[in-house]
Parts: sequence; C-alpha cells; structure tokens
Amino acid sequence: MNKLGLIIKREYLAKVRNKSFVIMTFLSPVLMVGMIVLIAYLTEINDREVRVLGVLNESVYYSKDFSSTESMSFVQFTDVSLEQAKDSVIGQNFYGLLYLPAGNSPEEVARGTLLYTKEAPVSGVVDRLDLIFRDRLRQQRLLDLGVTPAEFASIETDFQLKTETFEGERNLKGLNELKAFIGGGFGYLIMMFIIIYGGFVMRSVIEEKTSRIIEVIISSVKPFQLMMGKIIGTSLAGLTQFAIWIFSASLLLLAIMSFMGLETSAFETAGALPGGAGMNELSKMNSAGSEMQLYAIELMRIPWAMLIFFFMIYFVLGYLIYSSIYAAIGAAVDNETDTQQFIFPIILPLMLAIYVGFFSVFGNPHGPIAVGFSLFPLTSPIVMLMRLPGGLGEGGVPIWQLGLSIFLLLVTFIGIVWLAAKIYRVGILMYGKKPSYKELFKWLKY
Amino acid sequence: MSPILVAERITKRYGSNFALNNVSLEIPANSIYGLLGPNGAGKTTLIRIINQITYPDSGSVLFGGEPLLPHHVSMIGYLPEERGLYKSMKVGEQALYLAQLKGLSKTEAKRRLLYWFERLQIGDWWNKKIQELSKGMAQKIQFIVTVLHEPKLLIFDEPFSGFDPINANIIKEEILHLKEKGTSIIFSTHRMESVEEICEYIALLHNAEKILDGKLSEIKKQYKNNVFTVGMAVQKGEDVLRELSEHFQITSSSFDPEESQVAFEVKLPSPDTAPLLHHLSKKGTVNSFVETIPSANDIFIRTVQSKSIHE
Repeated sequence: MNKLGLIIKREYLAKVRNKSFVIMTFLSPVLMVGMIVLIAYLTEINDREVRVLGVLNESVYYSKDFSSTESMSFVQFTDVSLEQAKDSVIGQNFYGLLYLPAGNSPEEVARGTLLYTKEAPVSGVVDRLDLIFRDRLRQQRLLDLGVTPAEFASIETDFQLKTETFEGERNLKGLNELKAFIGGGFGYLIMMFIIIYGGFVMRSVIEEKTSRIIEVIISSVKPFQLMMGKIIGTSLAGLTQFAIWIFSASLLLLAIMSFMGLETSAFETAGALPGGAGMNELSKMNSAGSEMQLYAIELMRIPWAMLIFFFMIYFVLGYLIYSSIYAAIGAAVDNETDTQQFIFPIILPLMLAIYVGFFSVFGNPHGPIAVGFSLFPLTSPIVMLMRLPGGLGEGGVPIWQLGLSIFLLLVTFIGIVWLAAKIYRVGILMYGKKPSYKELFKWLKY
Repeated sequence: MSPILVAERITKRYGSNFALNNVSLEIPANSIYGLLGPNGAGKTTLIRIINQITYPDSGSVLFGGEPLLPHHVSMIGYLPEERGLYKSMKVGEQALYLAQLKGLSKTEAKRRLLYWFERLQIGDWWNKKIQELSKGMAQKIQFIVTVLHEPKLLIFDEPFSGFDPINANIIKEEILHLKEKGTSIIFSTHRMESVEEICEYIALLHNAEKILDGKLSEIKKQYKNNVFTVGMAVQKGEDVLRELSEHFQITSSSFDPEESQVAFEVKLPSPDTAPLLHHLSKKGTVNSFVETIPSANDIFIRTVQSKSIHE
C-alpha cells in the first residue's frame, strides 16, 4: 500500500472508531426525530388550548354570529349587568369578555363593542373577532343594497391564474421556489459537511501537533501527503456517516409506509409517465388531485442525474478548498482556542452563500446576484446548486456560466491547496507562537 | 570508508535570519557523530534538512554518495526533539503504521516489532493505548519505532531529554549495540557533556555557523594546553605552593592540613613535564599527576571566545 493510502486508512479508522463518532452517528438521527416530534407535540398542545370568551350581548344583533371553533368558544351571558359579567368572567377564569351594547344598527353596536381581557389579547383572538364583525357588516350592507345572501354566495370565486411557457408547457405556482429549495438542500448539505468535517480535519491536525507526533511522521512522508490523506480520510468517514443515515432513513421510511399502508403505486404511475406526452395529457386535467400529480411529475422532470453529477463536483471541490484552509489553520495554532479568529472568515462566505441563496436565488434564480455568487468560487458550490434544479442550457443555467464557475472553482482549488499546504508545512513545526495573519503571510515565503 | 552523509555549503534562512550559514559536514560511516551547540545554533534545522522536512536555500546533501532524494527517508531513522505518539491509538497498530510509512511490509514490521518488544521487555502492551502507558514505556516504544526499519543512519535530537535515567541508560546501550552492527549515528544536543563519552566525531555549531569539526580525540589533542593536575603529600603546603608559584603558573590550588595534602593545577609553557617533575620530587611525594583534557564544553567556549576576539 502506498503512503497516501496508509494515511487515509489510519485517519479513516481513527475517526470511525472514535466513540463520539459512533455515538453521534446513531444518536443524531434519534435526536433529530425526537426534536421534530417534540416540536409537533408542543405545537399541538398549543393549538389544543381553547380560549373561552364570555359574551354579554345587550343588542338585538349578532346573536348567531359567535359560534365556537376548535380554538375558541363563547359563553353567552344574559340578564346580567356588565360588572356582574366581568366578575363572573374573572371568577371562572375565562380568557375575556366581549361586550356588545344596545344599538339601532349592527354598525352602531359594532362601534360600541369592547373586548375586556386580563392582559393585552393575542392577535389571533382579535383577528378572529374582527373577521366576524367585518363579515357581518359586509352582509348587512349588501343586504341594504338589495343583494340576497344566496346571490352573494354565488359571487364568491376561487380564481388562480394559469401560466405556460412559450413551448406550451404548463408552469406550476411555486415551482421555481420548490426547485431552488431542492438545490438549497444540496447546498445546505455541503455547508454542514464543510463546517463539521472541516472542523474534524482541523482538530486532527492540532492533535498531531500537541501530541508531538507530527515531526516523526513527516520524517517519513511529505507534509502535503499527510494533509491530503487527512482530508480524504476524514471526509470518507463523513461519507460513511451520511451513508448510514441515508440507509437507515430509507429503511425507516419504508417501514412507515408499509405500516401506514400507503399506496406507493400512486407515485409510480406519475413517475412512469414519459415527460412530454404525459404532461400534455395531464395538463388538460384540472382537478386538485392532478395538481399534486403535476408537482410530482415536475419533480421527476428535474434533471436528477445531472444535478447529482454536479453536486459531486461542487461537493468535492468545495470541500477540498475549505478543509485545506481548516488544515492550515490547525497547523498554525497550538490549541483550539486560538482558532476563533481564523474560523470566522471561513464561515462568512458559507453563511453569505446560504443567505444569498435563500433570499435572492429562490426569487430570481438567473438574476445578476445569483449569477455573481454562483461564479465566485467560495460561494459557488452552494449557490450554483440552488440554481441547477431549474435545468441546464435554455431556460436554465447557461452552459458558459456553469463552465466558468467550475473553472474558477478549479483554479481556486489549486491555488488554495497550494497556499494551505505551505502554511501547513511551516505551521506544524512551529510551537509556542500565536500566529497573526502577518506571520502566516511570512510563512508563505519560507 | 566513504562517508554516509556529506553536507556541502548548506545555507538556510528564515526571513532575514540565518538558520544555517554555509555549513559543510562529513559524517563518517559506522561512527557516532556529535552535533553540538547551544540552543538556536541551527542543529535542528540541519537535521530537518537531512530528513527532507525542510529544504536548504542553497547547498546540497549527499547520502551514501548519491544526492539526497525522497526514497532515502526509508534509510534514515529520526528521533526528533519534539516527539510523541498518537495518544488514543493502540501501541501495536501505531508502531505498524509508522513502520509501514517507512516502507516496511506489514508482516516484516510485525516480526521485528515482536523481537524488539521482547528485547526491551515490553511484553503484552500490543493492544494498550499510549495514554494508558507509563512515560518510560512510551519512551521505549518511541525508540523502537525510530529504529524498527533498520536505518543506515540514525539521528537523535536531544535523545536523553525527557528520558528517565534508567531508560536513558537502556537506550544508550541499544544505540551502542546498533553502532556495532554498522549503523551510523548522529547525536544532536546542547548538553555537550552528555554525549562526549560516546562520540567519536563532533561538530560545533554556533550562530548558524560551523566553528569546529573533526575527530574528538584529535580535537582534544589540539586543544590541550599543557595543564596538569597534581596531588602531593607535603608537610607545609602553603610554603610549597608559594615557592612553586614563583617558578610555575599555578592556576588553582588547595591545601588540606589534616591530610597534609596539596592539590593544584599548573599550566606549563610546553608539553615538556620534566622540569616540573624534577622540581616537585624535591618537595614531597607526588601521588597524582594528570594532564587536564579539555571537555567539549571548554573547547566550545574557547573557540567561541577566540572567534569573537579575532572578529
């Protein structure tokens, strides 16, 4: 086995056998699921809370308008004074008291109505009451204008604008966002991987420095070999972790689907439809069900193979660029506490890429900001992947942009790895120096 | 025998500071070579250049007559001053890994490891992690991984710092044994007295420059300055010393009246000891007469001083 292979193997095994790695691999999905369940549960509890409002209605109107819902119920008071009603509401610990005074018209009553609560009421309650009054008043005015409730109901419409491309393909609302979201998922994955495993690479370098084994090793292998072996070995460990997660997640999904008796065939028929022909036929249908199927088909029409291919390219290059910077940082410092000043500038472009992605690329995947950030090498692995699900070539990312982006990424990759290797080579043998950027710059010339 | 290693006019700078300035050395095969000098003299830089960890700005290194190339690392064993092992890795696995990085096959490395484990009485530590071992045990393992691939040239940078006296002695014996089997050894240290007795050759580095090198015995001969330490039994020590100092240059002296014993150091104008001995024999009984051989440390100090006077 050659030396690089040996180093990769050692780094991989050192990582994979590490107890915390094993624990994290099995615990983090459990934690993740647990968190989702907890949030769902808490939301449910929150929603289940029923707010009881006392209603003291001294007018002749609105007698049928306050009907209880899941989150709100109304208790009518009759033949009591306002003060008595207030006391009663407080005594029974109701959420509040709605007081409608007597009046000659619904409008007059509405204007005089007051909601008493212990504290400022939550907006949900106020919004709902506003709506009740607004609906009632609108109906009253229409009635005054001579429109019957039946006529009014027939006016209601539920219109949605249909859009098509020039080729006659039907567009779906929110599809761009959905596609960008999928790309964003890939981009986010890259960012998380870089931050987590870049950090592992860095700590591994620091460990070699503090345990003083580094000089023993680089008397046998080149520092560059050690650095690359470390980066590759650590990322293979990361990929192993991801593979375990994906495998167990699909097992779980399969189990859940068979448990709940979900029909997978529904998805299969949609998937089996060949792109163009199926589209045209389906686009003639207009029921709610076919809408869902259209989305499913659109998802199938995303060029997955292309997307995954470029995901791999951007993933590998992006990860190598960032993790070699992490390795250089690890080499430059003596312990982890000194890394802070260097870490922030690395995370900055990653964060920027994610924010730009979510705020700008989703809305306008081919606008100038999206194009700019998908060309800039430190953000392109994330931003370009957000654009790619829209397709390549016409209507999607122009090929020259993709080519230029990858070219810039490659050039940067070579440049950064070269620089990082230089800093690494000098840094691993430096002890007791708190490095500044100026110092690092000097090392480049050694 | 041709030298195992030749360094020719090596210069290395860090920024504007010289770490090595035009240093040339020849390390004879099958010898123990002391690379001596105070901290910061450039010893470690030179050793790193030999190990191809760093590269000289100018100058060249020949290993066994060939220009030094990456494949030579498998023929060099290096125990750095800053040394350690992976703390959470098992002893056997770690030793195998380091041996394989030096180009040994796994089976061969394992065979040799078992031999060394037995020789240094390491026994059943194979599956222990380094962090579970005592420091002395870890030091033995560190030594084993340095010599396991049977290098032609062994380099020890401050070998005995950090070793406890018992292990230091074991290691010293093993090093001498390796030398008998034909290995060339470089010792680098700033504690010159620690290796003086086992070095055949030395080089003195000071401020990035070589100020002296050669066979230790010849250097000592060259630096002998006719100083002798004399012990005598006499009745009136003070009178004898006073009388002697009129004729000879006494550099230090002491008298013990209870034992009637004087001891003094005398510097003669020439290697000829006859006039002194003749004189002494009339005063009392000489019971010791030894030529004072300068230590490497003395030689170093004298060389540095004379150099700064000349400049």
